[in-house]
Amino acid sequence: MSDRLPVKKTYKLFVGGAFPRSESGRTYEAEGQNVARASRKDARDAVRAARAAQPGWAAATAYNRGQVLYRLAEMVEARVPEFADLCSGRDEVERAIDRIVWYAGWADKLPQVLGGSNPVAGPYFNFTVPEPTGVVAVLAPEEPPLLGLVSRVLPAVVGGNAVVAVAAESRPLAAVELAEAIATSDLPGGVVNLLTGFRSELAPVLAAHMDVNALDLAGADGLAAELEQLAADNVKRVVHGRADVQSPWEIESFLELKTVWHPSGR
Amino acid sequence: MTELDRTGERTPVPADWTYAPAPESRDVVELRERYGLYVGGTWLEPAETYETISPASEEPLAVVGQASAADVDHAVGAAREAFANGWSALPGSERAKYLFRIARILQERAREFAVLESLNGGKPIKESRDVDLPLAAAHFFYYAGWADKLEYAFPNRKPKPVGVAGQIIPWNFPLLMLAWKIAPALACGNTVVLKPAETTPLTALLFCDVLRQAELPAGVVNIVTGDGRTGAALVEHEGVDKIAFTGSTEVGKAIQRRLAGSGKKLTLELGGKAANIVFDDCALDQAVEGIVNGIYFNQGHVCCAGSRLFVQESIYEPIVDKLKRRLETLRVGEPLDKNTDVGAINSAMQLEKIRELVESGREEGAEIYQPPCRLPEKGYWFAPTVFTNVAQSYRIAQEEIFGPVLSVLTFRTPDEAIEKANNTPYGLSAGVWTEKGSRILWMAQHLRAGVVWANTYNRFDPTSPFGGYKESGFGREGGRHGLEPYLRFDE
Repeated sequence: MSDRLPVKKTYKLFVGGAFPRSESGRTYEAEGQNVARASRKDARDAVRAARAAQPGWAAATAYNRGQVLYRLAEMVEARVPEFADLCSGRDEVERAIDRIVWYAGWADKLPQVLGGSNPVAGPYFNFTVPEPTGVVAVLAPEEPPLLGLVSRVLPAVVGGNAVVAVAAESRPLAAVELAEAIATSDLPGGVVNLLTGFRSELAPVLAAHMDVNALDLAGADGLAAELEQLAADNVKRVVHGRADVQSPWEIESFLELKTVWHPSGR
Repeated sequence: MTELDRTGERTPVPADWTYAPAPESRDVVELRERYGLYVGGTWLEPAETYETISPASEEPLAVVGQASAADVDHAVGAAREAFANGWSALPGSERAKYLFRIARILQERAREFAVLESLNGGKPIKESRDVDLPLAAAHFFYYAGWADKLEYAFPNRKPKPVGVAGQIIPWNFPLLMLAWKIAPALACGNTVVLKPAETTPLTALLFCDVLRQAELPAGVVNIVTGDGRTGAALVEHEGVDKIAFTGSTEVGKAIQRRLAGSGKKLTLELGGKAANIVFDDCALDQAVEGIVNGIYFNQGHVCCAGSRLFVQESIYEPIVDKLKRRLETLRVGEPLDKNTDVGAINSAMQLEKIRELVESGREEGAEIYQPPCRLPEKGYWFAPTVFTNVAQSYRIAQEEIFGPVLSVLTFRTPDEAIEKANNTPYGLSAGVWTEKGSRILWMAQHLRAGVVWANTYNRFDPTSPFGGYKESGFGREGGRHGLEPYLRFDE
């Protein structure tokens, strides 16, 4: 046992690819650590970062998005022991990694499964393609702290959306660790933004935000009805996400379908 | 009297040139004096009633029910009973045959429905005959085929009906919207309580006779007429599992708020302010036809109407000139005349809204053009209108007018066109006119809208999903995707 005093980590937010403290200067104690307590302003800044990053991410090729997300799995794999300490253990980390790989593989398959060409009764070529809805706000479930966050964020991101996620309030450290993995994964800054803090303070701001397109209420707890009301202000897509689920339909709930017509003729 | 009438100079045809009347006969429609509410396969006598009229003449057509909350409760009960006692358990292949029957009967009685649609709604017979009716029948035919194939539409998802669907439809395509709502709901094994729009209840009430002929089991489809109070009672009813609404964004938001926390499924097809974008390399005359079809089709009472015209600066003058000349040849008037291009405005209330927004356009500084046309004295009419010199900030460029009013704006580059086109809370549809293939696909990728028409406009088909981005709503109607709102999945 060395006498050396370890260097402790400052737990910060992850916004626009950077690690700022809360602009409010506040922290709260969770899992024995002082964790940044994001303010309403931090939430709005995160939405701006997400909106700025979204078009570029959506414009990346599906092959590229798949590779970047696969690299995220690599980055998490490299930190298995660290993550295991911050969630229910090694099994949860491994499931989270496998889930990231699973979703990474969907990037270049979605349009073939969810879209298609439509046999309209006329001289037209008509096809339907899925497209990202835009900026998605995610309230991560309290449990499981890592797998729950991954299960909600990955389906939104793989489809080309940018995400602002509020980490589990009582178990936020896995989210901060995940931010560090994301920061080294080649995911463009701003595509995933992670806030730690009080759900009751942050969730209404995101639910009412006019530049957020969809809201995942996985971790809304008792707030769901109030948040759904706020979401109606700009007709948000409201998703009642489950903490531990893996399916392409989870991706679909953050996608729009666009149908294009063109005449065909000589 | 318009400016052209006064000057008489630019009229391309002699001022007294008139078309011989070509009226479609009303004989084919037999109206009852009074209609009840269609609940559980029988007619229920409502306590409160109102008169429905022809907007073209203000002539009363029939007395219809104003369904109360108790009536709605009765209808939901009938739908629940029908759901539980047979319909949801019926094999898909049997459900399919009922829907095929409905499709066939609509085809057989198409003229009757088309005439009634034009009579009650004010749309030209040409459109109800050639668009509304064929599409309504096709919609039933299309979804009929899905009823016994749902497990192929959603592999590994074990699709099940949702239960009782509450459906609220608008007045712009009364029977077609009924078909868009009822066909997929029934195909998926749900039962339905449908509320037609206040001003256009008659084709939905006539549709009950189609259900009788098709021998659809009682209670599978229930029709409750009335105004917004009836719609609110349906939205708020605890026995309804799913709400499907087509109408204004304002009401859609109110419904979304009302359903917060209820766990009910919801789809919304709301307003639009579509950009129709014309590039300088387009086929000019085709584009002009597309612009006219985009905004004057159905008097502009179309949520996906191309109400914002973006013209590339270099062709602004020829396009506007051709457009004005084309407008002079539009025939406005009697909906039942087979020559009519633009019919009556649906209601006094809608006419008032159009007038108010057009007035705001003048006041904000836009330049108005209306072709010479003599509007009938009785009824609700509004001449086809083009606004030029419009700024992005004007209300006529921002708000949905839902009338025959076009705002013309300009752009220079594709990027600018995208920027301007997407600068709206709506995202229902858009149009692009160019002969350059790569530009069509680039524009289609960047427009934030659920339907993009390239070198065409206002095309619809049962196989083609329709629905909006952003504040134009969520969920799709049509195609395989149109089944999803009416199913739950055991995953």
